[in-house]
Amino acid sequence: MFENLSYLTLQQYWWFLFALLGALFVFMNFVQGGQTLLFTTAKNDLERDLIVNSLGRKWELGFTSLVMFGGALFAAFPLFYATSFGGAYYVWMAILFCFIIQAVAYEYCKKPNNLLGTRTYELFMLINGSLGIILIGTALGTLFTGGNFVINDMNLSHWTKASYGLEAALNPFNVAFGLMLFFLARVQGALYFLDNIADETLNRRNRIVVRYESAIFLILFLYILFQILTMTGYSYDPATKIVTPEANKYLHNFMQMPLVTAMFAVGVLLLLGGMAMGAFTQSIRGIWLSGIGTVLSVTALFLILGYNHTAYYPSLADMQSSLTIENSSGSRFTLTAMSYVSLMVPFVLGYIILVWLAMNKTPLTAGEVEQDPHHY
Amino acid sequence: MEHLDPSIVDWSRAQFALTALYHWIFVPLTLGLTFIVAIMETIYVKTGDEWWKKTTKFWMGLLAINFAIGLATGIIMEFEFGTNWSNYSWIVGDIFGAPLAIEGIMAFFMESTFFAVMFFGWDKVSKKAHLLSTWLVAIGSNLSALWILVANGWMQHPVGMHFNPDTARNEMTDFWALVFNPNAYSKFLHTISSGYVLASLFVISVSSWYLLKKRDIQFAKRSIIVAASFGLVVSLFNLTTGDDSARQAALHQPMKLAAMEGLYEGNAHASLVAFGILNPEKKPGDSKEAFLAKLELPYALSLLSFHKLDAYVPGIDQLVYGDMEKGIMSAAEKIERGKDAVAALTAYKAAKKAGESAKAAESLQAFEKNSHYLGYGYLNNPLDVVPNVPLTFYAFHTMVLFGGWFILLFIIILYFSMINELNERRKLLWIALFSLPLGYIAQEAGWIVAEVGRQPWAIQDLLPVHMATSNYTSTPVMTTFWLFAVLFTVLLIAEVKIMTAQIKIGPKGEDHV
Repeated sequence: MFENLSYLTLQQYWWFLFALLGALFVFMNFVQGGQTLLFTTAKNDLERDLIVNSLGRKWELGFTSLVMFGGALFAAFPLFYATSFGGAYYVWMAILFCFIIQAVAYEYCKKPNNLLGTRTYELFMLINGSLGIILIGTALGTLFTGGNFVINDMNLSHWTKASYGLEAALNPFNVAFGLMLFFLARVQGALYFLDNIADETLNRRNRIVVRYESAIFLILFLYILFQILTMTGYSYDPATKIVTPEANKYLHNFMQMPLVTAMFAVGVLLLLGGMAMGAFTQSIRGIWLSGIGTVLSVTALFLILGYNHTAYYPSLADMQSSLTIENSSGSRFTLTAMSYVSLMVPFVLGYIILVWLAMNKTPLTAGEVEQDPHHY
Repeated sequence: MEHLDPSIVDWSRAQFALTALYHWIFVPLTLGLTFIVAIMETIYVKTGDEWWKKTTKFWMGLLAINFAIGLATGIIMEFEFGTNWSNYSWIVGDIFGAPLAIEGIMAFFMESTFFAVMFFGWDKVSKKAHLLSTWLVAIGSNLSALWILVANGWMQHPVGMHFNPDTARNEMTDFWALVFNPNAYSKFLHTISSGYVLASLFVISVSSWYLLKKRDIQFAKRSIIVAASFGLVVSLFNLTTGDDSARQAALHQPMKLAAMEGLYEGNAHASLVAFGILNPEKKPGDSKEAFLAKLELPYALSLLSFHKLDAYVPGIDQLVYGDMEKGIMSAAEKIERGKDAVAALTAYKAAKKAGESAKAAESLQAFEKNSHYLGYGYLNNPLDVVPNVPLTFYAFHTMVLFGGWFILLFIIILYFSMINELNERRKLLWIALFSLPLGYIAQEAGWIVAEVGRQPWAIQDLLPVHMATSNYTSTPVMTTFWLFAVLFTVLLIAEVKIMTAQIKIGPKGEDHV
């Protein structure tokens, strides 16, 4: 089946899977956003317990999405894996640090004799939810703004700045991208709590978060969208593979790929609809609408970034070193083999949804948390 | 590569070793304990006895503490291939990335999805659905190990690929060769069975503490019976898989086997060193004795390695200096051919860039003649092919010695459990308690044998470690090395403190069931 596809189609297929995984990860960032609400909407220990235990049933899925995101990149686009991770070293290591501390925070937080104290583990959650997400957003922003790398004739890369990726934080677009993801995560975290926690007082505060922080998200989103539509991107010649700058490249991509544009528009509308449901109605289902919207819009954004002969990771040091889905992918054989493996994805998504529904049948109550000796 | 800071290799090695050694403290226990709790929960579902539910939940609680830190130390390892080994990621990523991605799709999601049900789903799903979830966590964590060891097995014995001079990387040509690499399976079975042994030791050790403290007697006795039975079966299995692992080394990594055995001079009736003290003055090629003292099993190395009493087992000297009679090429010759391959590849790339097709074709032909030795072209000294012999030798013998002890311990414990005299044997209980650290030492020793024994190669005979690193100065890696060293140490201390506190609370913490 996959053997009959052209190499380019396989590369596009894997870029789509990468985009989908990235979008699912961004959706799962509601866990991180929720963690930061621990310090905003929770006013006492019981409310903190509810938040931690509500997220505690989901945080591993987000963590796994990140691991899967990395694994898929390694298999499908190894040159990106080598260039970005091996070059923007400090940024990626800082991100990983933020996720390492998340992994122990839930389990160790309330355990007796936990060495660092409950508040330290809650601080770990805050760092993961704030710095971790802002850094991820900043790193994703560089897919538009570029990185300082050079790739030699043997396809081995090196970074040209001694700050090894930290320079990305000096670019306002990258930082705004990170902040946009941060507020998106917080709003989605609040929307998730509306659906998952049965506590009126807490949820009243969560609705306020949705109301005000959706507005901040919207401002940042419009700024990012405006920048993307007006910035110069990099396209490559399909025959010669030579990379050249192109004014309004991403705007052109939106115009030349109407299906992707429609996907993006529907996604944004659903996302805003979900936010509006949480902010202005008594509905608790806003997370579903905003979740689907996030997945659709982020997937579309990644497609805009990599399809239509676009360099998805421009090099600021040497334009011809810029990465495209064609020059950075795995071999045809590997992409074909891995495409068969990808047929498992719907099955995996199916059991995740089934388990999610079974575990979320009824919202979490204070009583349930208190009765469970294994609660976080 | 010409601007590479030499210390970057050592720091990258150190950081990867640090994260791998820490990660490997936690993973084996998870691999085994998931099965032990699954067995206990199965007994609960079959018998309906609430006592087994309480026992299951207690061990599950300890599993969760261990599982969390395993995840924390694990995520860094996947990404370190990119951050610290970026050349590696390109040169072999086309093959190596695949099992990591499959691990994510097939194993990680299964583990993380059903982990939530296992811990929080007792009252949300049916008994059988919960049991299924527990088994799926056990299967998921072991499937994860399978794909990691498919990747690691390929590092030990690369198969199913070719070097593409145009992309300057190794590319996969046979997916099934990668998946069914015999080296991967022997490593997988040996690794997971060693994890089961450690988990059995853990349950026995903790339960022995309860018996010594004369508390939770019934709980401890029943847990010991499950763990010792499981431990005995899996430790015997571990013995056979260990034999196969060593045989795979004999077939595909003769230098590693020679280092494991301290074998400098190859021979046709090679003895197995059961116990030995290496001569620290010994160097390859000199005439000094390799051992200050040793206890040998005659013919055993030939027999175990090649299933023949008179099979020739090459030593370090033959593998470095060659032995034409035995058809062994010297390392110097391989390096020379490798350098020819490197030069031809460089010429090929330059000719292609310049559009000189005739010269490119000629260079390609020259490259293909020696492409098999390409990795050797990046070595400079024949002695570079020798790993750290003392470290490999002592790690191997420590692992084997402790592995043998665990079999004996499981037999003794099981015997006294069956005749119901275990809580009267206090010395034995103390020994069982203190055998747990030996289990952890054996685990780390096994990792050292596998990885240090493969040096100087990142991929055996294909890619030396110093060619695999990222191209930057050592400062960033030094910074993160110390950061992770402090963080992981703090988290380890926290884990041990939490674990001991939970053990002290004991199964009575589950009394609500």
